[in-house]
Amino acid sequence: MNLTLKIWRQKNAKTKGAIETYPVKDISEDMSFLEMLDVLNEQLINDGKEPVAFDHDCREGICGMCSLYINGQAHGPDREITTCQLHMRSFKDGDTIFIEPWRAGAFPVVKDLVTDRSSFDRIMNAGGFVSVNTSGNTIDANAIPVPKVDADKAFDAATCIGCGACVASCKNASAMLFTSAKVSQLALLPQGKVEAHERVMNMVSQMDEEGFGNCTNTGACEVECPKGISLENIARMNREYLSASVGSE
Amino acid sequence: MSLDAKIPEGPIDKKWINHKNNIKLVNPANKRSIDVIVVGTGLAGGSAAASLAEMGYNVKAFCFQDSPRRAHSIAAQGGINAAKNYQNDGDSTYRLFYDTVKGGDYRSREANVYRLAEVSANIIDQCVAQGVPFAREYGGMLDNRSFGGVQVSRTFYAKGQTGQQLLLGAYSAMSRQIGKGKIKMYNRHEMLDLVMVGGKARGIIARNLETGEIERHSAHAVVIASGGYGNVFFLSTNAMGSNVTASWKIHKKGAYFANPCYTQIHPTCIPVSGDHQSKLTLMSESLRNDGRIWVPKKKEDAEAIKAGKLKPTQLAEEDRDYYLERRYPAFGNLVPRDVASRAAKERCDAGFGVNATGEAVYLDFASAIQRYGKEAALVHGHDANDKALVTKLGKEAIKAKYGNLFQMYEKIVAQNPYETPMMIYPAVHYTMGGVWVDYNLMTTIPGCYAAGEANFSDHGANRLGASALMQGLADGYFVLPYTIGDYLADDIRTGEISTDLPEFVQAEKEVKDRLDFFINNKGTHSVDHFHKRLGKVMWDKVGMARNAEGLKEAIAEIRQIRDEFWKDVRVPGDLNEFNQELEKAGRVADFLELAELFAKDALQREESCGGHFREESQTEEGEAKRNDEDFTYVAAWEFTGDPGESKLHKEELKYENIELKQRSYK
Ligand SMILES: Cc1cc2nc3c(=O)[nH]c(=O)nc-3n(C[C@H](O)[C@H](O)[C@H](O)COP(=O)(O)OP(=O)(O)OC[C@H]3O[C@@H](n4cnc5c(N)ncnc54)[C@H](O)[C@@H]3O)c2cc1C
Ligand code: SF4
Ligand code: FES
Repeated sequence: MNLTLKIWRQKNAKTKGAIETYPVKDISEDMSFLEMLDVLNEQLINDGKEPVAFDHDCREGICGMCSLYINGQAHGPDREITTCQLHMRSFKDGDTIFIEPWRAGAFPVVKDLVTDRSSFDRIMNAGGFVSVNTSGNTIDANAIPVPKVDADKAFDAATCIGCGACVASCKNASAMLFTSAKVSQLALLPQGKVEAHERVMNMVSQMDEEGFGNCTNTGACEVECPKGISLENIARMNREYLSASVGSE
Repeated sequence: MSLDAKIPEGPIDKKWINHKNNIKLVNPANKRSIDVIVVGTGLAGGSAAASLAEMGYNVKAFCFQDSPRRAHSIAAQGGINAAKNYQNDGDSTYRLFYDTVKGGDYRSREANVYRLAEVSANIIDQCVAQGVPFAREYGGMLDNRSFGGVQVSRTFYAKGQTGQQLLLGAYSAMSRQIGKGKIKMYNRHEMLDLVMVGGKARGIIARNLETGEIERHSAHAVVIASGGYGNVFFLSTNAMGSNVTASWKIHKKGAYFANPCYTQIHPTCIPVSGDHQSKLTLMSESLRNDGRIWVPKKKEDAEAIKAGKLKPTQLAEEDRDYYLERRYPAFGNLVPRDVASRAAKERCDAGFGVNATGEAVYLDFASAIQRYGKEAALVHGHDANDKALVTKLGKEAIKAKYGNLFQMYEKIVAQNPYETPMMIYPAVHYTMGGVWVDYNLMTTIPGCYAAGEANFSDHGANRLGASALMQGLADGYFVLPYTIGDYLADDIRTGEISTDLPEFVQAEKEVKDRLDFFINNKGTHSVDHFHKRLGKVMWDKVGMARNAEGLKEAIAEIRQIRDEFWKDVRVPGDLNEFNQELEKAGRVADFLELAELFAKDALQREESCGGHFREESQTEEGEAKRNDEDFTYVAAWEFTGDPGESKLHKEELKYENIELKQRSYK
């Protein structure tokens, strides 16, 4: 198939960007979306132009590196997948495709489609852990039984890949879904309960400091999340936060 | 220099504990004045960085992705081994040790493997304490599954995302130390050279990938945990950025490179679909617990399937050849990876492949769906003869176990694996070879260590499934933090290493010159053009089956591609900016050198062992034939200026606790 690509080009964080138009030909429907961009880049290099910068690594939906806003949707039209899992069979011959970076104040553009998501790391540094030493002097793993329901819920929350699609698709650029996924995972497990209050306070305050917006319950994040992280996590975090705020007075 | 593996004295089950008790320690106050650089934040680097920081060292950690959480370990699917014997099926430290040595086809170092088995149980305790949500049974206890090449269930897992959960565990431990300021994290930074001062590793030169700036970083020791080099084949299951650069740079500075030709070709990957292919996707080995592998018995059926005239589901049971069950009745579909891969290639080469390219076999879940469905029907008191219900329940059971893998498959191939068998084919997956290290994980450069997939230490000529995660975390949580102290104890009075030393200036200049060269070369072909050509030579001549003639041709062709690359590569953009083509150029330049050593190593090893199959060395039935008399050694290569001229050093392997036997899975 032949396509017209409209891609955001921006030299670096300091310059202004703009949409540029590129035609691509003979795209096979078995290609992944990123392989289609590989074809474009090969073409640009051969023409003596600069290829389009975009983040990617695993190309199988798990590292959270890829991050494109495709035709106005984070990770493109399909549900519960990342951009790297999107295949060209979801498009048809003659289509025009708009490709843009994540847009959020807390994710500044580095170049073209690449953004800086280190704000997520800083939220994690503020409390996204259990304070246990890694010396190995821990008790036997089966000494802490965890009900399967809790373990499964914790697992579901823990599958967040930190891609940032939730932020990019939220009109307030809120990071609630991301933050709540980690808060939930650890609050659901006996190992994490001990410091649950401290954790939620610290992570939320870091989230605010990074300039992420407030949550107004539009639910767009859940819809666009490639891992199906549920809004229940936000509700759980709100409860945790409330009880922590009360407890700390 | 002669190779000293520094294996402690004493019986095998006392070596590690005695060694730990006698190792030099650094007191907490002194640790504060010691810096350690860790390159890589995967399971090995992440766990090492967190542990070292927690012990009190100042850690500087580097990764090329935009966050430590994205290291390639994140993609591991199936699970992690540990000798916990929770299933009470006769597992023990000894048995894990034995299975690993046997699985590695008797080409690994006994003492290292024993230590790995010994600390394995503790890894699970550690991870659970960190909040890693492993799969559990209804009673709340941890669940296990079994993996290829063994007869016990010792694999812990978190659905098909075990690597993700373990890495996020290590990442959270790192986050805690980053928050405390004990780890200084350098995201989007690539190490481009090692700096040596007075014969010791004292720092690195790194490029800030966001700004293009070249930076000097000093430390008292440097740990390389940069992962494997499977991408020398261009197509592999590794992430796009996985590379050999950090390992290769230290090799060129004096670290020996061991067994470069030992590569694992994983039997269950999604087949190549066309020339546009940029990477291959693994379907976890855990699927072989429940999936049965087959091709048609008759060639005409294979032809009809290829032509799209026949569907696999239409083929009667007796017309299918479950070739692994046929050839290896004792292990069946659970033979080790190398054996399963070669068997698939054998069938496809003989013309029984089932997709358009002829390079695919089936992995079929139909009987597992029925089995689980019946079980579920009985447990819930339903009619076990109700076919529709049984199929429905069976599919649900399979979904609970492998849901994400099935979804991944469907997204890529656009076929529903609950209804029709998956198509799979072997692909490059893991490299057992790597930087040579002694028992302390130190390379032949004083103060330079290697951990995780980057080193060669524990898997011999073939790695068992679910053992890489175990090794990465063992190295980083339990081995390196102790052994590094032995070396650093002599550095407590050294003080900070200045980055103004002439060695830093010189190394930085060399890095800059090389990058400038790429930018200014203005050739005619992209980096990928050369990488793809290299990959094809590697796959065709240095891949699943190798012979002397092909290897010699490969060496000549690799040299040819390398020459052309340096003359004709085109790297657009500038030095001082975010430039992904420039990153790739450096990596491919190193692959082009490694590839030659790789082929040279395969050429000298005139035996078949594990993942290394020399066509000249096979039994009449076509099984791999090892030659213990002449090849029971680690091939450790010393760089002498040109990869083709590297010098071979042999570390003889001694088997004192396990008797050398030809492997048999029949
Ligand atoms: C698809 C897949 C599935 C797998 N499944 C399993 C499984 O189920 N069980 C199992 O045991 N094993 C599995 N493996 C193998 C296992 O995942 C890896 O061997 C292991 O995770 C490697 O960990 P590592 O820490 O050594 O390296 P990696 O996780 O590869 O990390 C490398 C790190 O080094 C950094 N780096 C590299 N070069 C540089 C440089 N020059 N400068 C700065 N930083 C650098 C990277 O940024 C990264 O942080 C699987 C592998 C693949 C490909
Ligand atoms: S919650 Fe979902 S969308 Fe947000 S970072 Fe995690 S995986 Fe991505
Ligand atoms: S590239 Fe890893 S999730 Fe898309």
